[in-house]
Amino acid sequence: MSTGYRATPYTTAPPRRSARLLHRDGVVRRMDWPLVLAVLALTGIGSALVWSATRQSLLDSGGDPQSILKKHVLNIVIGLALGVVASLFDYRMLRAYAPVLYVLSIGGLAAVLTPLGSTINGSHSWIVLPAGFSVQPSEFAKVALVVGMSMLLAEKRDAEADPRDVDVVLALGVAAVPLALVMLQPDLGTALVISALVLGLVAVSGAPIRWVVGLVAGAALTAFVAVQAGVLKDYQIARFTAFLDPTADPKGAGYNVRQATIAIGAGGLHGQGLFHGAQTQGKFVPAQQTDFIFTVAGEELGFVGAAGVVLLLAIILWRIGRIAIGADDLFGRLVATGVLCWFAFQAFENIGMTLAIMPVTGVPLPFVSYGGSSMFANMLAVGLVLNVHMRRYA
Amino acid sequence: MSERSRLRLVVLQVVVLSLLVTLLGRMWYVQVLATASYRSAAAENGTRQIVTPAARGMILDARGRPLARNRTALVVSISRTALLRQPDGGRQLVARVATVIGKPFAEVWDRTRLCGSPGAPPSPKCFNGSPYQPIPVTDEADTQMALQIMERREDFPGVTAELTAVREYPQPLGANAAHELGYLGPVTDEELAQRAAGARRGAHNETVLQRTDLVGRAGLEREYDDDLRGTPGVKTLAVDHRGAVNSTLAETQPTAGNYLVTTIDAQVQAEAEKQLRAAIKRARTVGDVNKGFEKRKADSGAVVVLDVRTGGVVAMASWPTYDPNIWVGGISTADYRSITSKKNNYPNQSRAFQGEFAPASTFKAVSLPAAVKAGYSLHASYDCPSAYPIGRSMKQNYESHGYGIIPMRRAIEVSCDTVFYKFAYETWLRQGGLHAKKGTKDPFTTMAQAYGLGRPTGLDLPSESNGRIADRAWKQAYWKATRDFYCAKAKSGYPAVARTDPARATYLRRLSKENCVDGWAYRGGDAANFAIGQGDTTVTPLQMARVYAAVANGGRLVTPHIGRAIMTPQGTLVRNLEPKTVRHIPVAPSTLAWLRSALRGVTERGTGFGPFARAQFPLGKVPVASKTGTGEVFGKQTTSWFASFAPETRPQYAVVMMVSQGGTGSGIAGPSVAELYKTLFGVQGSTVDLAKASPPGGRPTSALPRVRADGTVVQPAGDPSTAAETRQAAPFLPRYRREGE
Repeated sequence: MSTGYRATPYTTAPPRRSARLLHRDGVVRRMDWPLVLAVLALTGIGSALVWSATRQSLLDSGGDPQSILKKHVLNIVIGLALGVVASLFDYRMLRAYAPVLYVLSIGGLAAVLTPLGSTINGSHSWIVLPAGFSVQPSEFAKVALVVGMSMLLAEKRDAEADPRDVDVVLALGVAAVPLALVMLQPDLGTALVISALVLGLVAVSGAPIRWVVGLVAGAALTAFVAVQAGVLKDYQIARFTAFLDPTADPKGAGYNVRQATIAIGAGGLHGQGLFHGAQTQGKFVPAQQTDFIFTVAGEELGFVGAAGVVLLLAIILWRIGRIAIGADDLFGRLVATGVLCWFAFQAFENIGMTLAIMPVTGVPLPFVSYGGSSMFANMLAVGLVLNVHMRRYA
Repeated sequence: MSERSRLRLVVLQVVVLSLLVTLLGRMWYVQVLATASYRSAAAENGTRQIVTPAARGMILDARGRPLARNRTALVVSISRTALLRQPDGGRQLVARVATVIGKPFAEVWDRTRLCGSPGAPPSPKCFNGSPYQPIPVTDEADTQMALQIMERREDFPGVTAELTAVREYPQPLGANAAHELGYLGPVTDEELAQRAAGARRGAHNETVLQRTDLVGRAGLEREYDDDLRGTPGVKTLAVDHRGAVNSTLAETQPTAGNYLVTTIDAQVQAEAEKQLRAAIKRARTVGDVNKGFEKRKADSGAVVVLDVRTGGVVAMASWPTYDPNIWVGGISTADYRSITSKKNNYPNQSRAFQGEFAPASTFKAVSLPAAVKAGYSLHASYDCPSAYPIGRSMKQNYESHGYGIIPMRRAIEVSCDTVFYKFAYETWLRQGGLHAKKGTKDPFTTMAQAYGLGRPTGLDLPSESNGRIADRAWKQAYWKATRDFYCAKAKSGYPAVARTDPARATYLRRLSKENCVDGWAYRGGDAANFAIGQGDTTVTPLQMARVYAAVANGGRLVTPHIGRAIMTPQGTLVRNLEPKTVRHIPVAPSTLAWLRSALRGVTERGTGFGPFARAQFPLGKVPVASKTGTGEVFGKQTTSWFASFAPETRPQYAVVMMVSQGGTGSGIAGPSVAELYKTLFGVQGSTVDLAKASPPGGRPTSALPRVRADGTVVQPAGDPSTAAETRQAAPFLPRYRREGE
């Protein structure tokens, strides 16, 4: 019954909710699907790896061999919900709430240092809640810091003006507090991630180049002084230098690195098959479902599977980078840039340490490692980046 | 947003990309290029080997009697991995085990601690084995204890009670043979490393040793260790990082060690030991019949019975001795001190093949053929004065007085030293005396070498002594070694001695001066001493037995040996150990025949007559050829020697006995040898029954013992202990199933 009449948005009644979502300019269409699919694929692989890493020890202790897997999947589901929430409202509104988020995260980090905090794996980074839950505030602090610094560096100027020195100083001041708190825990890995994130944000904000150079030089100087003045604890230095020669102390600091690299190397090109890695099933690698999860991929899935994990991470970073470039405003770009630096450095540090090319610092592999706080923070961050993406031209 | 921001974002993305490429590159190296080395590291990581020791082979005498065998002991062991699995580290479990086996908890708990681990007690209370080896906590469990443990598996996880072989030296018929059998000892770190390195090099003939292994440390146990030890069973387990076992990857069963059949006859061995003890006792209590029953110290002694044809050692004993079983399960400090102490005169050393003594007149079996070589006729008569002038001094005829002009045969029978002084001294003079040219071949020292003296006989036991031929070369070397000492003494004199005894000091200084200036010289007195087996020349009793075997068998220099054959526990021959003799002594058959007959004369009417006459030995039926010897040792009592072989007409055995500080050969050693021959030839009263001889037939056993299919050995009929346990224990016994592994 074609009459040549063509319905237009202007003439029809408002479409129903589902139609609105699927509309050309709707949320679904404007979603960055490669990013979303890569994240989902990575969490899927991660679930399999977590299962393989924990099944045997749970069996040995007589527990449900899937109990950790179930918790992990639950974490993913909650994380996805948080991500959806983070992408629904207009991210620009976030600028108003940035101080609140910031203060909350500082409060969390400070609480860790009070008797509320607990030590797990040598880091006093946790708050243990009732019913077997625990929270790692430093993970959420990363999100708050990205938002807070982005707000400060993008505030108070029109599109042409780059941040002034005073803005940079303010932003660095804001970053210094959580950095200091994290160092006090001490959580060297998170401190390094925060440093990388700060450097990336300052650079991309368009701040004068002297700040970028100055930050790099400052970081180098800090590291030197920290080692010389004994700020770092012995085990931290030992862990840090173990990667230079993992065989020097095979039962001590070098043990983790050595066992991790053996597991990955033993995987070969095609891997030994999920649940069939001798190193993994023999529990030779410590903290394997969390910080050393990549060794399971390396041993059981081989180069092919491990490279697949790296490739999925590359897709995620590539899409986040695209979103940063295409963002409508500097705030959106900086949020995406912050997440990019965070994920990129954390992934490189995590995988690099299992391959003995980076020092051992306890950071999880984004979207893969077991751990609720990190999973939630990662999902929140991706939600924000998608938020930036979806609100273009809006 | 400035262009600067956009540009820096692009740079950032390039940096991120390069990081990812770095990771992929490193992964390619680790997982593809270098994967092999990581795989082997992972394999080493994840597997452990459990070793089931093989039952050690028995050592049998020539007729199948066990000299060394395995006793079965019920051993209770605790698996260390099972202890680790217990919530309290296994304290309760160990306490339960301690109650069952009736030992204090602390002792058992200490036993389960690995040596060197934190909190472990010092060795030997701790466990010296691998962490993956079940730890034996007692080897004295009884069946009742074993049942309690095996029937309540749930109360005793990882605890096993099983029959295990423990070494035992049963001493059949009382034959001790401690010095021949040797003993086992725990393996050392060096040996472990050495064997492991050998295995890596691909030396497959050597079995890899395990930390809990016992290896032969002396005697036959050491010499034939590789044959006796067998191949342990190995079980390869997959383990996790704590050592908890996941699965069994491979398993091989242990192969029991082979049997060593020896030439020793336990009956003869026991009799030889008994007669040696009797000779020692005689010297100490009765005294020397030839010296007015003068009592002697008799600090040590040895006896050797050789098969003259093959060199097989039918019996060999040394005194003092010890019970070889003190080594089983680890020797106690007190026992070790007792068998190595000076106070007990070193019972761990065998005087038969490690002791060196001046052979005295028994050496005339060597110097007579040498004299013949030097041109002295066997059929002439010689003057036998009571002393013979050598240079400016007179050398005495020790054991005999002057006999006047006597035939050569009589000189042997009465053991006339002065005749041999004459032979040696004249020969020495003919060769230039002190100024003999370098490389001059003295017939006496050359003959000693030809008889195999001065070097080990090649006996298949470790640490055999050389003995010494004190010839020109030796004197030269000895002078070089001691010159500095004597020259210093010649200069300084003996002021300490001079204070009390100036005459002696002067004498000692003159001696030092002589030794300093011309101690190298092979003097006429040295040559004369050499011919009668005195001076610096020494031999082991075994070397002397070999000399007499060579005389008896027509000149073949046999290699003494104890190993006869290696057999599997199923009774099949693995290899024959009889050495081939290739060397002959350079003595004409007629000379040897003359010598045999002359030595027979010694027993029938010479210095050997007394002991055999008193023993009422039927020499008419079993003619014995013998030679006595009484060795003078500076500062000590004389060494009693009796060297012999029999029957003179068709020689079978050479028997040599020596008692240090014992007295004369005929008075002390001789009677014991006569008694020993009674056993060897079945002499009862005046009758000779070769069927009752031991070994039967009056000749060494030649057939190998028979092993039944089940590993038991057929025992000689008529042995007092026919019901002897000769079962090779471990491989054939039912084993309690080991669980939880």
